[in-house]
Amino acid sequence: MPVVAQPEPIVAPADHPSAGGDGRYRMLRAALQVIRLGPVLILAGLIIAMWRLSPVFLTTGNAGNVLSQSAAIAVLAVGQLLVILTRGIDLSVGSTIALSSVVGAIVFQRGADGFVVVAVMLAVGAAVGFVNGGFYVWGRLPHPFIITLATLSAARGLALQLSGGQPKRGVTSAVRTVGGGSVSWIPYSAFLMLGVALVVAIMLKRLVWGRWIYATGGNAEAARRTGVPVKSVLISVYALCGLLAGVAAIITSGRLNAGSPTSGNLAELDSIAAVIIGGASFLGGRGTVVNALVGAFMIGVIRNGMNLLNVNAFLQPIVIGAVIVLAVETDVIRARLEERFRVRQAELS
Amino acid sequence: MTVALAVRGATKRFGAVLALDNVDLEVHSGEVLALLGDNGAGKSTLIKCISGVHRLDAGEIEIGGAPVTLSSPAAARAHGIETVYQDLALFDNLDPAANFYAGREHAGPKWLPRPLRVLRRQAMQHATTEVLDRLQVTLPDGAANVGLMSGGQRQVIAVARAAAFASKVVILDEPTAALGVRESRRVLDLILRLRSEGHAVIVISHAMDHVTEVADRAMVMRRGRVVGEEIPSPESQGRIVALIVGSASEFADLPHNRTSPHGPTTV
Repeated sequence: MPVVAQPEPIVAPADHPSAGGDGRYRMLRAALQVIRLGPVLILAGLIIAMWRLSPVFLTTGNAGNVLSQSAAIAVLAVGQLLVILTRGIDLSVGSTIALSSVVGAIVFQRGADGFVVVAVMLAVGAAVGFVNGGFYVWGRLPHPFIITLATLSAARGLALQLSGGQPKRGVTSAVRTVGGGSVSWIPYSAFLMLGVALVVAIMLKRLVWGRWIYATGGNAEAARRTGVPVKSVLISVYALCGLLAGVAAIITSGRLNAGSPTSGNLAELDSIAAVIIGGASFLGGRGTVVNALVGAFMIGVIRNGMNLLNVNAFLQPIVIGAVIVLAVETDVIRARLEERFRVRQAELS
Repeated sequence: MTVALAVRGATKRFGAVLALDNVDLEVHSGEVLALLGDNGAGKSTLIKCISGVHRLDAGEIEIGGAPVTLSSPAAARAHGIETVYQDLALFDNLDPAANFYAGREHAGPKWLPRPLRVLRRQAMQHATTEVLDRLQVTLPDGAANVGLMSGGQRQVIAVARAAAFASKVVILDEPTAALGVRESRRVLDLILRLRSEGHAVIVISHAMDHVTEVADRAMVMRRGRVVGEEIPSPESQGRIVALIVGSASEFADLPHNRTSPHGPTTV
């Protein structure tokens, strides 16, 4: 037998409070924490600013408005978050809203009862998502951008075709309630959004499936090697994102009291913007449901606030564009700080 | 010492290239075997066959004396062989415990389909801390993401993860290649601890000093064949290097200098 050497314990750098170095280490760490909390702080700042600037903003009526306007985006953003966590993107969710709404309205007009209408609308959403995931994984596409771009086009076209280009008036009462009804000043859609967010948050944080999503987004090759069923994870993520687009379709067509083929136009961009503004990383693996919600509400508050303040409507997309740039730049800075943090640790060790 | 892993007559072809030519290898529990050779010598192919990435065209692999078929990385892991590749296969966005258990999460209840089971996060956290403590690895912040850790810490985590799940053999591909002096020190210390815990360890390395320090035996490959074996020591370093580069009129290629798999030979 070889003589067993008695190696020294492996001591962590942070346990050595070396003069000077430790201060910088702490500073980097604090900066990273601020960045992590950034979106929440910005949303809080926006709300406070609006409350100061407009007497109407925090009234129950307006708050209900913001909630119901943000609910659909928030639900979409939660689905988009799942996709972005795996380093993907789903451009088709806006068109999926239209297709799901139109099919729901048609099924309703044929006399189906509310339960069936809701089930069909959700199924249409999930089916589009499944097509996205299926082509991406089994078609061995290098990136989901193209396939979801294709379904963005196809689903919108199908919605226009099926509806003859005209909104189909009338939705089932359950859908109307969810989209337009409220308990006191709080819209039903807000409860639905909260329920969706809670379920997805628990699945992400507590279930094996959620861990697999983060693993896939963090290092797909390593995930595959360690036995994570990466293909099934990806398909499930796109299908669920589509399903949530179906939920958003219920909210949207309930608000309109119609299934419109133009519903959800550009909503995919709102949902992506919400996820990124909320602080999730576009590079995958980092982000929580809270990020998606915060981002969706930031967009909602900015739009509502600018309306209340009578700011030129054309300015809204410009402001939101600026916020997106800010968010992405923050993510880049985060990555740089983390790199510096690593180097610092190596230096300190 | 018991033989943890034995490879006999391993042969592997990629098209016209004979990547492994009748290779024999044995590694014992509580032993560190260094696998040496220049680029393209067949080291990587050999460890990929042992870790289930490639299948042998001919030859057999025995684990604990019993012949096994390693048809996939999962099969190799199930037989107690863990491999740390140079890319480490870590998840930068997850903490050490999640990295340890990615793909083999502790979760329940059992009657649910696996994806829907609830993670036993505490149990995984405790087990991870236990392994890290046992291997005397302390991290600045055990709950921080691995992406925030230095190269040496990451390597240590990858090796500790392999050690935690390997019941028989730990294979390390260039574990100190990208590290500074002190970080290499930590990894080498960890390798020595794996040995004292009774793991069989196979290390691929180009760093001769590190090989001399931790390896009990060094096996040299060239052009898909085993060309010699040495006990690494400051004195034998020159001979090992000669074996690797195949200098001095290719003497190591002569049949009488081929080593027997059953013991080290001095060339």
